[in-house]
Amino acid sequence: MNQSPAVDEVEMLHREIDRAFDDFLPMEPFLRKAFLPGRLARAYPLINLHGDKDNLYVEAVAPGIDPESLNLTVVRNDLTISGEKKRLPGDIKPEMFHREERATGKFVRTITLPVEIDDNKISAEYKNGLILITMPKSEKAKPKQIQVQVS
Amino acid sequence: MAEKTVPATVSNGGSNGGQTNGGNREMTRASERYAPPPVDIYETPNSLVLLADMPGVPKENLEVRVDQNTLTIQGKAQHLVKGEPIYREIELTGFFRQFEISEEIATDKINAELKYGVLSLNLPKSEKAKPKKIDVKVS
Repeated sequence: MNQSPAVDEVEMLHREIDRAFDDFLPMEPFLRKAFLPGRLARAYPLINLHGDKDNLYVEAVAPGIDPESLNLTVVRNDLTISGEKKRLPGDIKPEMFHREERATGKFVRTITLPVEIDDNKISAEYKNGLILITMPKSEKAKPKQIQVQVS
Repeated sequence: MAEKTVPATVSNGGSNGGQTNGGNREMTRASERYAPPPVDIYETPNSLVLLADMPGVPKENLEVRVDQNTLTIQGKAQHLVKGEPIYREIELTGFFRQFEISEEIATDKINAELKYGVLSLNLPKSEKAKPKKIDVKVS
């Protein structure tokens, strides 16, 4: 019932490994993700998937993206988010940096949605560094009330 | 600009660092917990520029203050997603980070802007800290 296709076997394995490392890397989870490039390449942006009777909602945490570069596509149940977090302007000399912790670069992520959606009515918004996507479920995927006849 | 964040800032359940109570391995945490936002800090001839990734923090929840020589950045992130959770990967927390700034910053002229979840701070150098060009006379 709670099983969502978004959590596949590989993802589960990754999580197991992450959990094993939790004891060795006592940092805040958010930062840990931001600092390890390998992991970042695996899943960026991080998402939360919510839903109600009519819609699915995705919230992707991606601060500082150039909205022009944001690109969302849906093919059947697969939602793809891509975009680019721009580097700082190149005229800053390396020796001028005191700290450089923010990750930059292009990203792409595909999420398999648990139900079929109506791809004509998807809407998206970029607010406070969060990508908010609203996807209406297709008619077929909505729950139907079935009357039980008492005889 | 030296880091000045106090390790255990505002946390009810144990210290920030070592999550030693083995039962709590989920990524969820109480709303009182804070994470330091990743920052870029660079210098220009006239100022220091600080950029901090603070996703989910609306303008009204952001606080930037300078107290003596301590710059504090604090913000409370808000999830904006509707509906019931199906699958969650990230729990947005509050953000908290402090830096020690030198007296060479004109603290009354600090300029802050929040755009696309990124805070940009412009910390102008005071007149005496700016680089001066000295003309060499050729005689």
